[in-house]
This record gives sequence, structure tokens and C-alpha cells, in this order.
Amino acid sequence: MGANHHHETFPWKHIVGFILSLVLTFAALWIAFSSGLATKAILVGIVVLAVLQAVLQLFMFMHVTESDSGKIQTINMAYSFFIAIVVVAGSIWTMAFVL
Amino acid sequence: MADTAHHYDETMPLEYRTEESRLNILGFWIFLGAEVALFATLFATYLVLFQRTGHGPTTADLFEIKDVMIETLLLLTSSFTCGLAVFEMRRRRLTGLLVWLLVTLLLGAGFITFEVREFIHYVHEGATIQTSAFLSSFFVLVGTHGAHVSLGIGWMTLIIIQLLQRGFTPRTARKVFIVSLYWHFLDVVWIFIFTLVYLTGMVM
Repeated sequence: MGANHHHETFPWKHIVGFILSLVLTFAALWIAFSSGLATKAILVGIVVLAVLQAVLQLFMFMHVTESDSGKIQTINMAYSFFIAIVVVAGSIWTMAFVL
Repeated sequence: MADTAHHYDETMPLEYRTEESRLNILGFWIFLGAEVALFATLFATYLVLFQRTGHGPTTADLFEIKDVMIETLLLLTSSFTCGLAVFEMRRRRLTGLLVWLLVTLLLGAGFITFEVREFIHYVHEGATIQTSAFLSSFFVLVGTHGAHVSLGIGWMTLIIIQLLQRGFTPRTARKVFIVSLYWHFLDVVWIFIFTLVYLTGMVM
């Protein structure tokens, strides 16, 4: 680390991150209401866009990989997302048999 | 560990210069991991129950895309301006930092205003937290996020006051950086609320 925080006079990284976030948000909106895809395809599409945008925030705005503990931070967040997927997908899957 | 150069490293941004600050920031990342797990349980509950609307309104009856987009854009922009605040901090521009933090606060307050109006609107339509399993899990999930944003507004206000009193120190810089992590994280959670609650609710 250390190399990327000096000498930058214009926040390119942030502006690119912001524009990409807007693009992903409106793309999700378009997929949901104007794409004419089947419901299942819409759901897969917008979830993929949401995950992309979350990763974008982590790297472009939160600098998850920076500092000496960047590796630990990244593994920690990856693991928490793994837990989140297990909890959410596992609950939906299990309850699909009940409801 | 005993290496003093490592203990106070001049080449790092101000918020990383002391061992204590570095550990505080790492600790906050671990807290955010726990927050992900917390919100995962709320999302799981909501996604299992959101079609259980009883005699109350359904997602399609209730949600209005225009209001949701306003909230989404306010929070997304506030995440961007919060990033600019940290950018200005790393250039050692106190005024720039304060201005962007203030803009972030105002956008956050705007988000909360719209969210409260949305909730009041729902309650007037007879959609309360007691109406159905869908609405119980909806208000708990979205309300927990809103409570986090409200807390963030208070926290950031206190840090602005401290910056005005003390200026840049390794300690205030670390505090600004940590509140920025918290703020970006709230936007990450909102992306999933936008997608899994609102868009999904209007599509299905």
C-alpha cells in the first residue's frame, strides 16, 4: 500500500465508481421493468448486478484491500458474504418445502 | 512489533499511522462482517415471508418505484460524497473534508426523510408492522437499515464537531475513516434492499 494515496489531485477512482454504480442501478431498473424477460431471469439478473455493485463499493470506495491487514479484511468480508449466502439461500430453500 | 518505524509510519495516510488506529480499523472491518451476518438473517426472514400477506396489501400494492429511486439515488450519492470526504482528508484539506461530510449528512437526512414519509404513507394505507408476516419482516429489515443511517447521521455530526475543535490528528483522521466505512456499508446494504425487497417485490 502507500503508493495509491499521494499525488492524486482528482478523485477519478471515486467518480468512475459512482458512475458505474449509477449504471448498475439503472440497468437493474431496466431489467426489472422493461426487459420483458421471464421473472426468474429478471431475479437472477438484478441479484448479479447488486453483487457487482456491492463489490464495487468495497473496492472503489472502502479500499478493502489497503493497509497491512488488507488481506485479513478481504477474507473477513468474503467470509461474511459466504455466511450471508448460506443463511439467505439456505432459509429460502428449506422453507420452500414448508410453504 | 518493537520496530518504532513500523509503529509510526510517515508514509501511510494519517488514519493508519499508529498501531492503535490500524487495529481500530481492522476491528471495524470485523464488526462490519458481523453486520453482514445480522442483515443476512433479516433478509432471510423477509424473503421467506414476503408473500405471506394475509388480508393486508401485497408488495405490488404498496411499493412505488419513484419513491424508491429517490431514496436509492440519495443514498448512493451520499456514499460517493463520503468517499470524496476521505479523498480530501488524504490531501490534507480540512475545508474540503468538512464540506463533503456536510453534504453527505444532508443527503443522509434527505434519505431518512423520504423513508419516514414512505413508512407513514404505508401506515395510513393500513399497512402496519402488525398487519401481516410480510409487513412485520419488511418494517424490521428496512427499519433496521434506517436506524443504522440515523445513527450514522448522529455519529458523523459528532465527528464534524471534533474536527472543528481539533483539526487533523491521527485520531480524528482514524475516526473519519471509520465512519466513512460505516456509511459506505449502509449503501451496500441498501443496494440489496433495493434489489431484493423493492425490485423483487414489484416484479413478482
